[in-house]
Amino acid sequence: MVNAMEAGDPSNAGQPSPGVNLAGGDATPQQRPAPRFQPDHMLPDAERGKAVLYRMLLIRRFEERAGEMYARAKIGGFLHLCIGEEATVVGTSAAMRSNDYLISTYREHGQVLARGTPPQEVMAELFGRVTGVSKGRGGSMHMFDAERRFMGGYGIVGGNLPIAAGLGLAAAYRGTDDAVVCMLGDGATNQGTFGETLNLAALWKLPVVFIIVNNQFGMGTSLARHSAMTKLAAKGEGFGVPGTTCDGMDVLDVESCVKNALDLARSDRQPVLIEAVTYRFRGHSVADPEEYRSKEEVDEWRQRDPIVQFANKLIRGGAITGAEAEALDKLALQEVDAAVKFADESPYPELDTLYDDVYVLGDQLRGWYSVDARSPDTQRGEGIAGDAELQRIAEASAAHTEGADFDEQIVMREGVARDTPGPPPLPLPPEEGV
Amino acid sequence: MSEMRYREALNLALREEMTADRNVFIMGEDVGVFNGAFKVTDGLLKEFGEERVRDTPISENTIVGMGVGAAMVGLRPVVELMTINFSLLAMDQIINHMAPIHYMFGGQVRVPIVVRMPQGAGHQLAATHSHSFEAFFQHVPGLLVATPSTPADAKGLLKAAIRDDNPVIFIEHETLYGMKGEVPDDPSFIVPFGQAAVRREGTDVTIVGISRMAVTAQKAAEQLAERGVSAEVIDPRTLRPLDLDTILRSVEKTNRVVIAEEGWPHGGVGANMTALIQEQAFDYLDAPIQRVAGADVPMPYSRPLEQAAYPHAENIVAAAMATFETGDRV
Repeated sequence: MVNAMEAGDPSNAGQPSPGVNLAGGDATPQQRPAPRFQPDHMLPDAERGKAVLYRMLLIRRFEERAGEMYARAKIGGFLHLCIGEEATVVGTSAAMRSNDYLISTYREHGQVLARGTPPQEVMAELFGRVTGVSKGRGGSMHMFDAERRFMGGYGIVGGNLPIAAGLGLAAAYRGTDDAVVCMLGDGATNQGTFGETLNLAALWKLPVVFIIVNNQFGMGTSLARHSAMTKLAAKGEGFGVPGTTCDGMDVLDVESCVKNALDLARSDRQPVLIEAVTYRFRGHSVADPEEYRSKEEVDEWRQRDPIVQFANKLIRGGAITGAEAEALDKLALQEVDAAVKFADESPYPELDTLYDDVYVLGDQLRGWYSVDARSPDTQRGEGIAGDAELQRIAEASAAHTEGADFDEQIVMREGVARDTPGPPPLPLPPEEGV
Repeated sequence: MSEMRYREALNLALREEMTADRNVFIMGEDVGVFNGAFKVTDGLLKEFGEERVRDTPISENTIVGMGVGAAMVGLRPVVELMTINFSLLAMDQIINHMAPIHYMFGGQVRVPIVVRMPQGAGHQLAATHSHSFEAFFQHVPGLLVATPSTPADAKGLLKAAIRDDNPVIFIEHETLYGMKGEVPDDPSFIVPFGQAAVRREGTDVTIVGISRMAVTAQKAAEQLAERGVSAEVIDPRTLRPLDLDTILRSVEKTNRVVIAEEGWPHGGVGANMTALIQEQAFDYLDAPIQRVAGADVPMPYSRPLEQAAYPHAENIVAAAMATFETGDRV
């Protein structure tokens, strides 16, 4: 049944044609046959299918709205969207246990959502509000949710790998059966920490699954132009880490692959490397003119939209109806709207919290001297803040609030339309199938 | 009290803390089978086993980063880097990860890690093994920085560092490893961070000595005494937090200050401390603050050049005497 259904899936039929060739070599999307732990994947039951589809829809709609809010200057800094990579993101989380650790990169909004963090906390973080998942301290690139064992997004390419191994070391040290999933980009495989960490993880038999989210580009440099070895799953072999590849546009393939890898990591106490072949439909960050790839190439990949593919499968397999899929999409939009509203109505962090949590203060460490005259007195090791300092903070805070009506100050960002139209409905197929 | 060497005091601190808390473990290059490049971890592998005393490959950035990850979930790693110059390979993990993680993630997670390393010139190891970098680390919010200069402080500060919930850069000194001194036997003995030690009381000039320079400053004070100058010697012991109060109290008494460090002068510990003192005790100063620092060069190999490139007692004496000769300069 599954085979027959997949054979009829038009999204599997076409292979992308060669796109723009900047390298003079193979700069086309990677279309290697994907070796699988299992050749086919049983469709999940209706309930699970809906849950997985909903999570993917939620991430897609969240990212679209985030891009829109960025264009309206509600969000600062950089904004790296994972649109197109939802199957990799959700498939990974679906394979994990709740006590496993997930650690990620700066393209991590989707992964936090997939782990179950409420969208309003993620959106509030993007808005820089105190209700954000990192209290407005981290922003887009630095989300963290201790409760759900989401161990952080990190802004340094490859910076999270050693930390992932450290989490694995702690699991080994304590003899728990927790495992670690570490996301990295194709670009990170060229960092020194890649080799160092894979070597150590293999040497010390750490239960870490490294997932290369191969979205074909290290920022604007295509895989063939940044890596001599483009078969990324093979990059671990020299370090003693077995590698495998999965179809990063197929949520079931990703889930199956990651689940098998986690089983291996847990039972055999060894790291595993996975290359999930995927594509980001949007630019590296929102303000990316995308001169390094052609529209045709992007369109080719969009034909394999992971959400459309999966919804198609569920509908044609009879797990859900087209109407149900539409309803899930509407629900996702509503949840994202609520998240935006929550974020927008949330307060900014108070200015007098500027120095909070630089250090863990305790009996031994009561304060520290700072060379910064703005440090509150408590941070200067002098006990309680003096009246003058409290007054100064109050005044600074009032001044800040007066100028903080950002609704009135919508800033036009370069290269981004000011009023992005709302997201179009997903091209879900009719209930009867194609 | 027992007399022991600086390295033995460090070893004892590690042994005591590892015995008291199973979450404490050691990793680093040649800390186990080799017993440590400077023998600080001597015998610990035999006593605690390879689970807790872990020889690592030569991968400084990843060793530190793994310590960060392990610390984030409650272990208390003590990472040894063979020299402070090698810490530069780990600067990404130290400054982009270890230091800001608690703050950047809204206080949700702590990073109770200690990264130990020796610094200092004098062994003719030239420009990649001999520098003094405490200025780099004291620059970074989120890090604690300790620079012990006696065996007792080596033990007490290391124990405090291991028990602290913040990341600590623990800077030892290569030429102090063999130094002997009295060390309290009490396993509960610690030296709290942020408390400077007055090594010698005096009334005429304050000499603040960082790391080994706290020892050199005491020699200088003896020479100054022969000239009839009463020098007060202060060892801050930790640069973050910095016990500025003790330094300011001394300045109020002596009205003259010399700051001695082994690192480079531009943007150095002395430069920063000079700014702090003049901001908060300007009216007490009778003379410009004098800085004694390493020469502003990569450390040379040749012995006479190397000796000329880091401060000795004579340099500190000269600087102290200069604080009495400033009337003509103004």
